[in-house]
Amino acid sequence: MAEVFQAIDQFPVTLKTWLLGHAAGVMPEWALPLLSAALSITPILAVFPLLFALTTVIERKGLGRIQNRRGPNRVGIPLTNIRLAGFGQFIADGIKSLTKEDIVPRSADKVVHFLAPIALLIPVLLTYSVLPFGRNMVPLDLPQTGLLFFFALGASTELSVFMAGWSSRNKYSLLGAMRAIAQMVSYEIPLILSALTVVMIAGTLSLSGIVESQAEVRFGFLHSWHLFTPWGLVGFFLFLTAAAAEANRTPFDLPEAESEIIAGYFTEYSGFKFAIFFLAEYLGLFAMCGLGITLFLGGWLPPFKFLGFIPSWCWFLGKLVALILLFIWLRGTLPRLRTDQLMGFAWKFLLPMTLINLFVAGLWHLSVTSVPMTVRWIGGFALLAIPYWLLGRGFEAKVGKREYRFAN
Amino acid sequence: MLGTGILKGMVETAKNFAGSYHDPERLTTVEYPEQRIAPKENARQFPMLIHDTEDPMKGLRCVACQICEKECPPQCIYIVKSKDKRADYKGQMQFYPATFDIDISVCMSCQICVEVCPFESIKMDTEFELSNTDRFGGLLIHKEQLAKSNEHYRKIHPADAAASDAVLAAEVAKAQAKAKADAEAKAAKAAAEAKAKADAAVAGPVPAPATSTAPQPTSPPAAPAA
Repeated sequence: MAEVFQAIDQFPVTLKTWLLGHAAGVMPEWALPLLSAALSITPILAVFPLLFALTTVIERKGLGRIQNRRGPNRVGIPLTNIRLAGFGQFIADGIKSLTKEDIVPRSADKVVHFLAPIALLIPVLLTYSVLPFGRNMVPLDLPQTGLLFFFALGASTELSVFMAGWSSRNKYSLLGAMRAIAQMVSYEIPLILSALTVVMIAGTLSLSGIVESQAEVRFGFLHSWHLFTPWGLVGFFLFLTAAAAEANRTPFDLPEAESEIIAGYFTEYSGFKFAIFFLAEYLGLFAMCGLGITLFLGGWLPPFKFLGFIPSWCWFLGKLVALILLFIWLRGTLPRLRTDQLMGFAWKFLLPMTLINLFVAGLWHLSVTSVPMTVRWIGGFALLAIPYWLLGRGFEAKVGKREYRFAN
Repeated sequence: MLGTGILKGMVETAKNFAGSYHDPERLTTVEYPEQRIAPKENARQFPMLIHDTEDPMKGLRCVACQICEKECPPQCIYIVKSKDKRADYKGQMQFYPATFDIDISVCMSCQICVEVCPFESIKMDTEFELSNTDRFGGLLIHKEQLAKSNEHYRKIHPADAAASDAVLAAEVAKAQAKAKADAEAKAAKAAAEAKAKADAAVAGPVPAPATSTAPQPTSPPAAPAA
């Protein structure tokens, strides 16, 4: 039985080695690395865009239910009466965006306008190359620089956002791009600092190495995910907040802010270019979630040892779907922040909290042998909860009579 | 503490999410083509022309006065006046619209045409399923399609239709009263004239010598005849 489960677990890896072994006799030697790369890329290009397509439907249905509506429930299989509860919607949306007219403003910088969606999609897709999707399943294992590679590519999306905003020659686009740059640059720092705690504890930048550092089993059943530590728990939520801002998700969707600046930096994009932006945005969110899973939620590891028979890539995908659902839930709940609130939150709350978290993680690491477990837990939480309460006081919603300073 | 509001909000949305599945009362929308909500009385879409008789084209209240055409802000009404006249509901001879077109792709449903119409002729309809594959010709509605019976108007806007009927009834009553008054005045005038004639006939020989003897501008005895 165990062999069967292991075979399912390692099925993608065995399939690839089998295909490569057969190709070795037929293809010239220089083509084999290319084939190997292509075989690694294909499942990524198949699974994640499909997940994006399903997410668009699930998101619309979920938001509808949150607002006491039904959401899309009509489109099923074409030319039949089978509705599939609306899950054919993404095909209709795709066909629509493919056949729509591609409008480029007359005064736009046409080359940059054309390149911007591509320049956004490619780095986002490249970030998937270092994520470990399952046991022995990492397309590009960078033992020295995995996390650095991820963040370097994530930072390059800012360029394409500004390319889109600038080349459109539209006020709303430029405003959206400026908001996006300010937001992404501000939130990059807490994002990286919250991820740094894990690097400090695990002692490696390799993402598969970070997953393996969480494989240790405690109390005979519990895997030692970084989430199950005071700094890990706080760090995960700090990471999630910063990741939402990086991926322009509600409540940090100021760069798009439909009610204020139409669609932000993709106001002037239509047809398939818009679809590519949309795709890249969601793929960026999935990659961020994937990184959060790898850093804090044990990557492809199950939470309990006795659940280890379920294939590792199922655990990764399951956690990813759970995080996506959490983001949809948040989108249905939270209103959008104001720009000053957004900036204040990044610099006055997230940045100090991540620095304190870094300090607590350091203490945790140094006291591994010398201090008993309960003291470490209580001390760690106290060191994080008190600054959280102190820093959070200024950000609570104030309900009261509103004063219009300039109107009086 | 920071974050408690977010958690409260998330509980609320989770309640909505779960509740919308097991409690259909929560759902604020209906599945449209199959299920429909009864239209609200104040609903309005595009104008229609009211007719009173069986034949819509013969009973149109519109007299092609073109006030609505002139007042329409987006200029979506096009009227051609008829060459001949026909009797309206009061029996008065009036023109009628030879052509009456409304471009509903231009119409903004402002109801100004309804407000300016002195003949209770143009009213707002509630028909909204007007999508068409021909976006130019198909959205130009002719008087044949615009003509709707007064019964239809009573059905969709009962209160407005009652008010409109009252106005028309008052108009008819006024017209009848006027006709009656006119007839009475005419009769009185005729009687008075007859009387004056009779008087004149009686007093006939008296003024005859006066006119012949003295050249006066008016004859004083004949003056009160009117």
